[in-house]
Amino acid sequence: MEIYRAHVLVCKGTGCTASGSENVMEAFQKEIEKRGLSKEVRVVQTGCLGLCELGPNVLIYPEGSYYCRVKAEDIPEIVEEHLVKGRIVERLLYKEHLTEERLRSLTDIDFYKKQKRIALRNCGLINPEVIEEYIANDGYKALAKVLTQMKPQEVIDEVKKSGLRGRGGGGFPTGNKWQFAANAKGDIKYVVCNADEGDPGAFMDRSVLEGDPHSVLEAMEIAGYAIGAQEGYIYVRAEYPIAVKRLEIAINQARERGLLGKNILGTGFNFDIFLRLGSGAFVCGEETALLASVEGRRGEPRPRPPFPANEGLWGKPTIINNVETYANIPPIILNGSDWFASIGTERSKGTKVFAVGGKINNTGLVEIPMGTTLREVIYEIGGGIPNGKKFKAVQTGGPSGGCIPASLLDMPIEYDTLVQAGSMMGSGGMIVMDEDNCMVDIAKFFLTFTQDESCGKCPPCRIGTKRMLEILERITNGEGKEGDIELLENLAKSIKASALCGLGQTAPNPVLSTIRYFRDEYEAHIKEKRCPAGACKALIHYEVMADKCRGCGLCVKVCPTGAISGERKQPHVIDQEKCIKCNSCFDRCPFGAIKKA
Amino acid sequence: MDMVTLTIDGQKVEVPKGSTVLEAAHKANIKIPTLCFLKGINEIGACRMCVVEVKGARALQASCVLPVSEGMEVITNSPAVRESRKVTLELLLSDHNLECPTCVRNLNCELQKLSEELGIKSIRYPGEKHAPRYDDFSPSIVRDASKCILCRRCVSVCHKVQGVGVISPNHRGFNTVIAPVFDLSLAEVACVNCGQCIMACPVGALKEKDDTDKVWQALADPEKHVIVQTAPAIRVSLGEEFGEGRGAIVTKKLPAALRRLGFDKVFDTDFSADLTIMEEGTEFLERLQNGGKLPLITSCSPGWIKFCEHYYPELLENLSTCKSPQQMFGAIAKTYYAQKMGIDPSKIFVVSIMPCTAKKFEAQRPEMNSSGYQDVDVALTTRELSRMLKEAGIDVSKLPDEEFDDPLGISTGAGAIFGATGGVMEAALRTVYEVVTGKELTNIEFTQVRGVEGIKEATIDVGGTKVNVAVAHGLSNARKVLDRVKSGEANYHFIEIMCCPGGCVGGGGQPILSSEERWDTDYREVRGNAIYEVDRSMKLRKSHENPAVQTLYKEFLGKPLSEKSHHLLHTHYTKRPLYPEV
Repeated sequence: MEIYRAHVLVCKGTGCTASGSENVMEAFQKEIEKRGLSKEVRVVQTGCLGLCELGPNVLIYPEGSYYCRVKAEDIPEIVEEHLVKGRIVERLLYKEHLTEERLRSLTDIDFYKKQKRIALRNCGLINPEVIEEYIANDGYKALAKVLTQMKPQEVIDEVKKSGLRGRGGGGFPTGNKWQFAANAKGDIKYVVCNADEGDPGAFMDRSVLEGDPHSVLEAMEIAGYAIGAQEGYIYVRAEYPIAVKRLEIAINQARERGLLGKNILGTGFNFDIFLRLGSGAFVCGEETALLASVEGRRGEPRPRPPFPANEGLWGKPTIINNVETYANIPPIILNGSDWFASIGTERSKGTKVFAVGGKINNTGLVEIPMGTTLREVIYEIGGGIPNGKKFKAVQTGGPSGGCIPASLLDMPIEYDTLVQAGSMMGSGGMIVMDEDNCMVDIAKFFLTFTQDESCGKCPPCRIGTKRMLEILERITNGEGKEGDIELLENLAKSIKASALCGLGQTAPNPVLSTIRYFRDEYEAHIKEKRCPAGACKALIHYEVMADKCRGCGLCVKVCPTGAISGERKQPHVIDQEKCIKCNSCFDRCPFGAIKKA
Repeated sequence: MDMVTLTIDGQKVEVPKGSTVLEAAHKANIKIPTLCFLKGINEIGACRMCVVEVKGARALQASCVLPVSEGMEVITNSPAVRESRKVTLELLLSDHNLECPTCVRNLNCELQKLSEELGIKSIRYPGEKHAPRYDDFSPSIVRDASKCILCRRCVSVCHKVQGVGVISPNHRGFNTVIAPVFDLSLAEVACVNCGQCIMACPVGALKEKDDTDKVWQALADPEKHVIVQTAPAIRVSLGEEFGEGRGAIVTKKLPAALRRLGFDKVFDTDFSADLTIMEEGTEFLERLQNGGKLPLITSCSPGWIKFCEHYYPELLENLSTCKSPQQMFGAIAKTYYAQKMGIDPSKIFVVSIMPCTAKKFEAQRPEMNSSGYQDVDVALTTRELSRMLKEAGIDVSKLPDEEFDDPLGISTGAGAIFGATGGVMEAALRTVYEVVTGKELTNIEFTQVRGVEGIKEATIDVGGTKVNVAVAHGLSNARKVLDRVKSGEANYHFIEIMCCPGGCVGGGGQPILSSEERWDTDYREVRGNAIYEVDRSMKLRKSHENPAVQTLYKEFLGKPLSEKSHHLLHTHYTKRPLYPEV
């Protein structure tokens, strides 16, 4: 085996690929070749490192130097300075938001310090297209252990004892699910991986599939052994081309090495895995809809029972777990259920990956122990709110979740606390909102999404969410009526109780939670025809404050509709008829003379 | 059988394991409202009307799909349940085209009835309605999406009962619409026009193409000699529309009613059913004896014919070349009858009253004008006739008994049983047996081919020849039989296929029963039994004994399969594509 003195890790996840990491990687390879360093320095493509916003990201070991927003033209300098002369290129290092300090090593960065990476353990560390790198990091060791040392029931017991709960949304205990499927009668059973990640902004499953695809394959095989299945299906969205490609590579490599297919590791255990590509309907993340789609039917949920554990794919007992859930399985088997159960809280064990976005400095993917508080995630890991704005709420759980206000920032993140707060864990979306966000508008945004993604099968979801959206639209348009809040609450309650599937049952959550915590904002819209955050266009207008206006004319130049006029050096005025409320003048005015009212 | 005991509204109920809560409640006479539920056909928990509270469950549960479990405690009538049902119903109404008084299903609409029963007094959540789509390109079936409540009963019938599957949900969310693929018209896809979707529809989203205006016009035209034929199944269903019981026999009220509407002559399709037996029976014997293509498959059912043309074109040669009784009647009426009566056939207007929507399509087939004119001018369904009678103030239940007119109104019991599944086969066997053996058939009731079992098989000894017969009704059953024929697994000589479940008595043009009534009454069986009662009451019960048919051959056709017969009474078939060709 060749030994290299340095490794250059280039992130080739979707985020960094989009910002140009392909070129960066090529530039490194060329430069290193040119300098004759090919035998000393190795360039490795990896999965996601988490801080996608700062991509393309490059990590150079042994120092662990974390370079952000690297461009191809920076490479000669990095190679010359860092790899030849041993001098770190300070200007490209990651900069803390709060202290503005350039940090020399990944381990010093606040964003990573508080994280504990179990599901993402290999992401950003290994080349996902080389099975040896996975194997070198204990890959397929858990499978070997299971096949040679454990009985199927022992595997299930271990998963049960670990306290692992489903990471896809519902939080159902994984071990119990496996037990049901193991107990179900039948010779043919299936293992399905739900990789139909659909929450807007969430991309942890994509990152696992792109950065560590073998961990999912290994876990599915373990699950297959535990319940007595010989076939697995991964339902992954076609919009994830890199994930699909790496899964295909991983499946082929595992098959070639006898780690997948017939007689795995010579133990006589047979298990194979196939891909099914989804077309991106949100509802196909619901397990029964997913199964319908895998079978080639319209992706629509059906009532449960029967649960998939008894009647799943093609009517056979089936377990369906999400990508992140599977990624936790090999470490649980290798390190033991006690180790896993020691992380997290009483009822929520282990870690959870969150996709943090919105009004926050460090947007990206973080994996934290359960029980970490929202405040720690938002301020310590996420680096706080940009531009000195005030935090207003954090939305968790994607479009089915709810908005949690500032008063609950010290709440530990657990399945049950989130539900009590009117939200949910969901798949781990976390969208931070500041004072400029109107909470009625936010509720409308999420409801627009779920309403659009409803499968149309049951009236509460198909028509009910439409009616709720119509009410929200009229409130944000300044046409809200007395009683609209109660109408929304009543409808929401009814939809939650009567909709056919999880999508419909949770669709009202953003509305209910914003009414619960921000009722005053709803009332301001309805009674005073006022949007306190100044976000609802129909309820605001722009004015020039004559005492602050110097008549510089900059606003006149940026106004796209010619709505602003005035003599030079005299206060200007806005023609309300022409104004389209684009906010350009507000942003442009150097004197703060434009006001939203 | 394993039994399970549960409590519903405090009442202990014992039902077999695997039953649903709805079934258990039904057994205990506890009424749970339903809308998408159609027993045995559509049990999908979609409409959320049948929700109940179950102790320990997080959300309300749809009772139509919820299996019972031991010790389960169910409440069907709590404030939460009632409110939920009301909200769901109000939501459906808010998205429904509420033109109830002018709707074809006014007073026979499950949505309307439910609104009344649940005490809906206002709609709290009005709003935008889904885009209306109106498809009336099909000669048989009209789809009005503005009234569709997306219960999917039609979808399940089309897919599961008929094995056709040309309608499905398209798009999603609020824009979901039940339609053929790519929003094509029913006229453009491989729809067989059976109308079973109409029978399943709880509202007015599916209806027959209304042709009553054409008939009113003809009746008002003094130049026209307007004659009418009534199919066998009408005599056991029309009464239902006038307060008679299900399957009430109104054979003798029919001539009275139709005369009062103004028809110049009232004839009977049973006559041409007898004629069909003469032709088809002879065709069968000819194929059997001369090594022709077997099995011979009956061709009376136009839905089945179109199905075969689309889905089993390789079996078209197995179809009998006989036209259906409706079309034989038309061809004879505008030739033989016109000559006999001295009427210019161009002045004859033939109306048929059929239990069937596919007959509308059949009447319009270009090959169906061997008389030189369109043989049958208008085919009306039972429902359309009922509407005409009501409009004219004619109450069938209060009419005196009258007789059909000569000569095309004379028939036998064999003609009558065409209306029930197995009837054509039985009628054919009665004649074939006597023709082959020359002996009188003593027991003329072939009970092996009767009843609502999906596929019936029998081996009949016809003068030493063992004849294997099969009878299928409902096209998914037909598929099974045909697949066995294709694979060589089955060795049939003669097959009867009826498109609709139960045969014509269950046709897509018949009076519509609510889901609730269909659960309690097997209308196919009730009407079918009535058909056999009609047969038993007839003096003549074998087609070849029909004196009017005998005269027809003597005076006009010569003999079965004669050249004239071929010209007027036989047809050919065309392979049709599954999708429109571009």
